[in-house]
Amino acid sequence: MTRLPKTILELLVCGLFAVLPRANTAVADEGRVEFNRDIRPILAENCYACHGPDKNAREADLRLDSEKTAFKKLEDGAQTLVPGDPEKSELYQRVTATDSDTRMPPNESGKKLTKSQIELIGRWIKQGAKWQGHWAFIPPRRSDPPKVEQAKRMHNEIDRFVLAKIEAKGLQPSAAADRITLIRRVSFDLTGLPPSIVEVDAFLNDNSEQAFEKVVDRLLASKHYGERMAVHWLDLVRYADSGGYHSDNEHHISPYRDYVIHAFNDNMPFDRFTREQLAGDLLPNPTTEQIIATGYNRLNKTTEEGGAQPGEYLEKYAADRVRTTAGTWMGATLGCAECHDHKYDPYTTKDFYRFAAFFADIKEIGKYGGGGRREPELLVPSREQAIQLAQLEKQIAQKTTELSKLGEKNESKQVESLKSQIQSLETQKSALQKQFTRTLITVAVAPREMRILPRGNWLDRSGLVVTPSIPEFLKKEQAKARRLNRLDLANWFVSQDNPLTARVFANRLWKMFFGTGLSKVLDDVGAQGEWPTHPELLDRLAVEFIDSGWDVKHMIKRLVLSNTYQQSSLMNTKLRETDPLNRLFARQSRWRLDAEMIRDNALAVSGLLIRKIGGRSVKPYQPTGYWKHLNFPQRKWKNDADENQYRRALYTHWQRTFLHPSLLAFDAPSREECTAERPVSNTPKAALTLLNDPTYVEAARVLAVRIIQSADNTNARIRWVWRQVLSRNPNEREIGVLTRLVNENLEYYNSNPEAAKAMLTNGIAASPKDIEPVQVAAWTAVARAILNLNETITRN
Amino acid sequence: MKNSLSLCPSAAWSLVHRRSFLGQASLGLGSVALASLLEPRLLSASKKESQEQRAIPAGIAGFPQFAAKAKRVIFLCMAGGPSHLESFDYKPKLAELHGQPMPMSFTQNQPIAQLQGQKLVCQAPMLKFKKWGDSGQQISDVFPHIGSVADDICIVRSLHTDQINHDPAHTVMNTGTSISGRPSMGSWINYGLGSESAEIPGFVVLTSRGGRNPQPIATRQWHSGFLPSRYQGVEFDSTGDPVHYVANPKGVDRERQRKLVDTVSALNRIRNETVDNPEITTRISQYEMAFRMQTSVPELMDISKEPKHILDNYGVGGADGSFAYNCLLARRLAERGTRFIHLYHRGWDHHNDLVRYMNVCAGLCDRPTAALINDLKQRGMLDDTLIVWGGEFGRTPMAQSNKGKVGRDHHMRAFSMFLCGGGIKGGITHGATDELGYNAAEDIVHINDLHATMLHLLGIDHKRLIYRYQGRDFRLTDVGGDIVENILA
Repeated sequence: MTRLPKTILELLVCGLFAVLPRANTAVADEGRVEFNRDIRPILAENCYACHGPDKNAREADLRLDSEKTAFKKLEDGAQTLVPGDPEKSELYQRVTATDSDTRMPPNESGKKLTKSQIELIGRWIKQGAKWQGHWAFIPPRRSDPPKVEQAKRMHNEIDRFVLAKIEAKGLQPSAAADRITLIRRVSFDLTGLPPSIVEVDAFLNDNSEQAFEKVVDRLLASKHYGERMAVHWLDLVRYADSGGYHSDNEHHISPYRDYVIHAFNDNMPFDRFTREQLAGDLLPNPTTEQIIATGYNRLNKTTEEGGAQPGEYLEKYAADRVRTTAGTWMGATLGCAECHDHKYDPYTTKDFYRFAAFFADIKEIGKYGGGGRREPELLVPSREQAIQLAQLEKQIAQKTTELSKLGEKNESKQVESLKSQIQSLETQKSALQKQFTRTLITVAVAPREMRILPRGNWLDRSGLVVTPSIPEFLKKEQAKARRLNRLDLANWFVSQDNPLTARVFANRLWKMFFGTGLSKVLDDVGAQGEWPTHPELLDRLAVEFIDSGWDVKHMIKRLVLSNTYQQSSLMNTKLRETDPLNRLFARQSRWRLDAEMIRDNALAVSGLLIRKIGGRSVKPYQPTGYWKHLNFPQRKWKNDADENQYRRALYTHWQRTFLHPSLLAFDAPSREECTAERPVSNTPKAALTLLNDPTYVEAARVLAVRIIQSADNTNARIRWVWRQVLSRNPNEREIGVLTRLVNENLEYYNSNPEAAKAMLTNGIAASPKDIEPVQVAAWTAVARAILNLNETITRN
Repeated sequence: MKNSLSLCPSAAWSLVHRRSFLGQASLGLGSVALASLLEPRLLSASKKESQEQRAIPAGIAGFPQFAAKAKRVIFLCMAGGPSHLESFDYKPKLAELHGQPMPMSFTQNQPIAQLQGQKLVCQAPMLKFKKWGDSGQQISDVFPHIGSVADDICIVRSLHTDQINHDPAHTVMNTGTSISGRPSMGSWINYGLGSESAEIPGFVVLTSRGGRNPQPIATRQWHSGFLPSRYQGVEFDSTGDPVHYVANPKGVDRERQRKLVDTVSALNRIRNETVDNPEITTRISQYEMAFRMQTSVPELMDISKEPKHILDNYGVGGADGSFAYNCLLARRLAERGTRFIHLYHRGWDHHNDLVRYMNVCAGLCDRPTAALINDLKQRGMLDDTLIVWGGEFGRTPMAQSNKGKVGRDHHMRAFSMFLCGGGIKGGITHGATDELGYNAAEDIVHINDLHATMLHLLGIDHKRLIYRYQGRDFRLTDVGGDIVENILA
């Protein structure tokens, strides 16, 4: 009899858990409360603002974010936490108090604990109040993959970690995606481009067990892989082609962008990639590429504004670098500590300024002169140009040697010919050198004085002078005797002691291929971030990343060869009910393509895409007058009229204050700040862009010509273009809809030939003279329709 | 939440239901924080909503939180920073000290813009002031039309900001902080309250220029920052296409475009039978709205049917991109349900030749401002439309003489703005500067306070309009913001 009410209570409690965020659902399953998973988020959200790391905001001298302080005796003899005894634990007493004067959190904070949160806290104390360091601040551990029932569904250990959770929920993983979906998915994921029909057919016809692996290997070896990976990195480091403040003049940094592309293509180990960007200039005998890499330190926004005070802007640049560097490598919101100690994580204001001090040796000024020049800069060749230059110099050397053997005085025809050859090579060389690009670089000078700025106020010089240091609580070693520099910082990022870098990178990779990070919040792995859904898996990936020698391609290959990756992305009723956000990865996720991919896809399927890597930034069609608000000087965007019109979107001139509206419509960031994750919107502006931006209309018009050339009847043409764009065959209804569209348009343009001719003026690409404009115009409608489909811009 | 759009409707619904269940069980998860997990429209819309309704970005459930005085805002930004000392803040003491060194007690350790390294001398007011209306508000002679509505407006003389240069000061004015990447107020307000129109964006920006060589103005000023992109401001242009990509491609007429959109939607629906993806449903409705915008936007911009007396009141010569034309468009936007209408007039940066440029700028902006107020009033719309007028900062009491005829430099410690309509007490002046107009001295109003007050009038508690980003709940008012109670009607 006495057991019955308890069972009901348990049922109720379980029922309650069923509607709480997933992390807590796990508690109900396993009974055991875990501090990091279950308790820390509650304390962080509700208590840390007043009882956390910020000493200036701390109330009652009570700090609940560290083990040492959370268990100490209070002044009145009470103890905040008494393991095993909620009743004696002041914390529990205060959160359960009925009297509003003593109840925590206080009313005026606007925060309130839920019943289940209070219950969890009580249960945790009862179970012994076992403390854990914050998951992201302790070194990652390599755990063995859990046992699973359906062992044959395993490709690698990733699947075991994922499947164990799925099985624990009584769910099934999804079946593998069909091959067409799969090759489209992996082509976009690894290169940002669609597969060609030839590539699709090759995969469909490959019956070997390694068929998919072969595709993956081909894509990883593609030169377009580096372009795809670069986009994400360029968002993080806020790469752009303009200064960002006020006049927002063009600064010269595109060689850095190409460095990033090549680094990914060459599979440069991530530790080296880190060192070169932060401190390439401090490496022994640095190469030109390593110096180009240090452009990283110069990507902050800079000003030329008339009344700008240099001292103020130097501090802005310093803070900008802290936000970006901490965000990129540590997934830390260290920028919050500019004016006060961090509210949730143990970063102090001193940590912030000491971190900034790593960059105090960078040669720069607070206010630059007009015109976008940002010395120090270096004039550099692109990789191709460097090869050409080397060839030219070799030829010149050869000819010169030949000449010297013949003797200068010799006046034979051979000598004349050699002289003129050398002359011509020299001319080619200087013409080549004229095409070199300037790029911002880091030059180290005597470090400027860095002080703690009280409340971030640059005019207040009363703060302590600081020297470079990593955040105090993350330190493992004693300080070195000498002043630390950027190379020390880079070395620390990629050292075994660093708990953050590998985890943060692995988590972002996961997001790239599965849609959501294992810890959802990509830019904050601190207390306000999210406890990972699969912490052991994330740790295992982090350890593997380090152990592999920071091998990015290795990691990506493991991720995409997993069965987890290859599942279908279709939703089913069961998953919709139990895991609507797909945090268990019992299916693949599906999402709209990134802004760049949407453009690149249209150019690729129409055949317009120029597949050249790197070089100066380019200017695709942009609405007239978009730059009218720019001044000092006023300037006009000039659409490229050559092959640069058809380059991949990542080469678009990135004007921070006026990002190309076509990219903006699909959520590309302005790159004023470090961006780890782009929002994904679905707006009328995006629809207008795909419908009417000349880039897409021209792509459709050029595709129309190919449609007409592909076959001589409507049905076959529709089948061809459908496969060309979507890789699959259309069904009869789809063919029917498009047949009606083309017939209506043929009728219209036949009676309005002027309109058909006007259609040919969308974009600069020439239309073949032997194809009637009426035909082109009508089939352009079909191509536009297909380019506008949700399926076309979706990765499934 | 960033990936919320990949939610299926029933999943989203089940979350909505969970949320209301949690609410009823008084488990009190921060409502707005949770709202950010989902598309706001999913929280407030009913299951039977039509496709059209779905295209309208809705606000946060429960917003406005209390009876709103204002439904919309028209923000008239005088970009460049008009001199408070020649507009709304008369300082006879400056005339007394004219030509004498500015007392060090004011300027020591203060940031200085273009006067760095220059001699700092007091500059007398360069324009005459007059008392206007029954309220007797003091306004300078170059603003006779604004003077004529003196009894409707509330002048605030005690504003101050954090930044002394244009770009960052605009960023403070629009986002509450000088750090870039934060949402602008128009985005915040649309995020909170949603839009009222399926045909016109909820946040529209219009610009004009005239006066001294204009300062650049960045799209950052109307960016949605970390809020969903749909809350971004849309700039309407009076030359070329009014909105980017709103015109049909060459050789495509409206009928062809209609059929194309229908075809796209038909094919999307066929696909959705197999893949059951709520993104597709949303996309269909967004295409519908886009198509409607292709008509509604040009129609909005077309003022040919406005009666002559209205055009005359504003001083509109045609669709010429002037401030006058933009003010008229502001009214037309307000009528169509646009939530936040932001006008910029670029030309108020009067480092030199201040008298001449004040006359030019006031000549372009004075009459249309008053006409807009009167027009809204006459239509009964002034009561629920909040108008805010002013620049991103003020100008120094010190002369600037290094660029020709005398002007004034940037000044962040004090400046004036005026507010009108939408729950504002008219005919009063709030706050004061010190005797030289250097520091805001009485009833000081920071930009965060201005924002808090604006939100209050819109029925929003500024401390509850929050969005979780990078582990922190962000607000338009950052960590500040006190409502300026004295100016409320």
